[in-house]
Amino acid sequence: MMDKIQINHLRELEAESIFVIREVAAQFEKPVMLFSGGKDSIVMFHLAMKAFYPARIPFPMLHVDTGHNFQETLDYRDKLMAETGTKLIVASVQESIDKGRVVEEKGVNASRNKLQTTTLLDAIEEHKFDAAMGGGRRDEEKARAKERFFSHRDEFGQWDPKNQRPELWNLFNGRKHMGEHFRVFPISNWTEMDVWQYIYMEKIELPSLYFTHRRKVFQRDGVWLALAPFMQLKPDEKVVEMEVRCRTIGDITCTGLTLSNANSLEDIIHEVATTRTTERGGRADDKRSESAMEDRKKEGYF
Amino acid sequence: MGKESGYLDMELLRFTTAGSVDDGKSTLIGRLLYDSKAIFEDQMEAIERASERAGNEDVNLALLTDGLKAEREQGITIDVAYRYFATPKRKFIIADTPGHIQYTRNMVTGASTANLALILVDARHGVLEQTLRHAYIASLLQIPHVIFCINKMDLVDYSEDRFEEIVKDLEGVASKLSVKDIRYVPISALKGDNVVARSKNMDWYDGPTLMYLLENIHIGSDINTQDFRFPVQYVIRPQSKDFPDYRGYGGRIASGSVNVGDEVTVLPSGFSSKVKTIDLYKDSFETAIAPQSVAITLEDDIDISRGDMIVREGNVPHTSQDIDVMICWFNERKLVPRGKYVIRHTTTEARCLVKDVNFKMDINTLERNYDDKEINMNDVARISIRTTKPLFYDSYSRNRTTGSLIMIDEATNETVAAGMIV
Repeated sequence: MMDKIQINHLRELEAESIFVIREVAAQFEKPVMLFSGGKDSIVMFHLAMKAFYPARIPFPMLHVDTGHNFQETLDYRDKLMAETGTKLIVASVQESIDKGRVVEEKGVNASRNKLQTTTLLDAIEEHKFDAAMGGGRRDEEKARAKERFFSHRDEFGQWDPKNQRPELWNLFNGRKHMGEHFRVFPISNWTEMDVWQYIYMEKIELPSLYFTHRRKVFQRDGVWLALAPFMQLKPDEKVVEMEVRCRTIGDITCTGLTLSNANSLEDIIHEVATTRTTERGGRADDKRSESAMEDRKKEGYF
Repeated sequence: MGKESGYLDMELLRFTTAGSVDDGKSTLIGRLLYDSKAIFEDQMEAIERASERAGNEDVNLALLTDGLKAEREQGITIDVAYRYFATPKRKFIIADTPGHIQYTRNMVTGASTANLALILVDARHGVLEQTLRHAYIASLLQIPHVIFCINKMDLVDYSEDRFEEIVKDLEGVASKLSVKDIRYVPISALKGDNVVARSKNMDWYDGPTLMYLLENIHIGSDINTQDFRFPVQYVIRPQSKDFPDYRGYGGRIASGSVNVGDEVTVLPSGFSSKVKTIDLYKDSFETAIAPQSVAITLEDDIDISRGDMIVREGNVPHTSQDIDVMICWFNERKLVPRGKYVIRHTTTEARCLVKDVNFKMDINTLERNYDDKEINMNDVARISIRTTKPLFYDSYSRNRTTGSLIMIDEATNETVAAGMIV
């Protein structure tokens, strides 16, 4: 039993996020939480556990599976869901391709990142989800800086950044018309550093990918990528073995790896504190253009 | 773990900035982010590339804060953007808002969650209409601390007389408002004077730098610590083998504190009970304080649901269906006299009828207009409403959580007004 807890910045962020998650469970009929196996969704999952304990999380998790995963992520995901008795729904990009809903990108930079949008929107429609919680943070990218906690989407799943509902105090307006849904971002106000400190403070277990390990990698446009069976190499790209770790985990085709020897949370926090590039700096999907993120988000991306 | 463990003890300060295109607000924020090393290399490179394309001579730090494509193209800030930076003492969340009168609603939004407002005053122009407006919004939204940054001191030869003259005018403004803590700092955001480092150009100023104030202003008592208010948000009933009878009330403590064993009253039923446990996940606490999110269990089995409020016995909020509210109107569709709206207040939802518009506030002159009853977008007014069920509330000046509400248009579902209960 603890005597009295101090409300430091992490506890305040935690309290805010739990409030948002409970608000979603209370305001919506069929909410879902997106789970990618990345550190942000792991923290969000942990907050959901805290919000409803000792009851189980009253909504399922949805993994939009590109088929291009790190095996470590899938193992971690399945173990976590089994241990906590949480329902998991997997929406497969491969299925969307097979059904002809989307066409795979071609060429060496082919990524299934953009295709996830269709798979996600299809899953939302199929399961009639009216709110999808995501682990997006406002500090990640400039278009996200203006995102609301409760972000309204029209019947096409689109975001209209210039016509967002004002959001005041902690009064969230989740009212909507038939066919519309909300994206909700419970950890909007967290920074990368907050996420790492919180993982450290709460002793949250992470997939091994976040810690240094030896892996076959190659360099493309200055970014280290993992070698995987479905990655096409350009003639001048050489595969080498390096000590790397992930700073963020997404689709294997566009997740940049950091050369690092960090093998504990303390090491990682130190590394984040001294590093000079954003974590999305390693994400090829954001480098496509100045407003790449805003354009994808308007279409219905996370 | 040395330095890292120190980071775990930081406080969180939320502040808002309002400003127009030319008063240097974006430059100031860029300066705070840059000097506290919150700007990463890849962000800096992206800004350098963008500045070059736009034909700017220097790197335009303002590009950091203007997020959306339309805004970057037009060079204006049209929404609230949130920025983050941290020093070893505090983590900061900036709600960056545009300053023109047509964006009053954005300023109100940014101000609603702020502990502190930064208001920029151009040293060449002194107190303008918009200065008064920004100060009024800070006062209306009861932001506890206001810092007036007298900016562009480099363009008035770092003159002490000019600074004193402006401070005197601002003191006149402040006397008409209700802000608890007001500070004045002479700065040059462009040159960096008194922002993070002490200015070498203003020996006559012996007060703190802006960053010192941001890091040290006392925010511990900003939240109401007197009145325990716990709006029930979600009822936790596992009905599981391990917890067959657990019945916890999930919510965020709006104000005050609660201890195990406290005598409490539940509204609206009026039943009394005692606090049995205060839980969060696998931890249990003897005491919890605002703004913690917890689950509270009571000694007695009382029927309690979302929207109810648990308070300390003998310290109860007002209960009424007839309420006077200061509102800021947010929508293009103007307020309908005798119109009906949905309201959200703490964790409850109700409907209301607008009985009367008492007066409209001219937020440039702070004069009340009792004749004009037409409330358009960005207008501030005092109205009387009747709600479909009683609300449990405190005045906004006493409690920013139980004293605030939003109005929603039933047809469009849009949030049309922010309300502060008088």
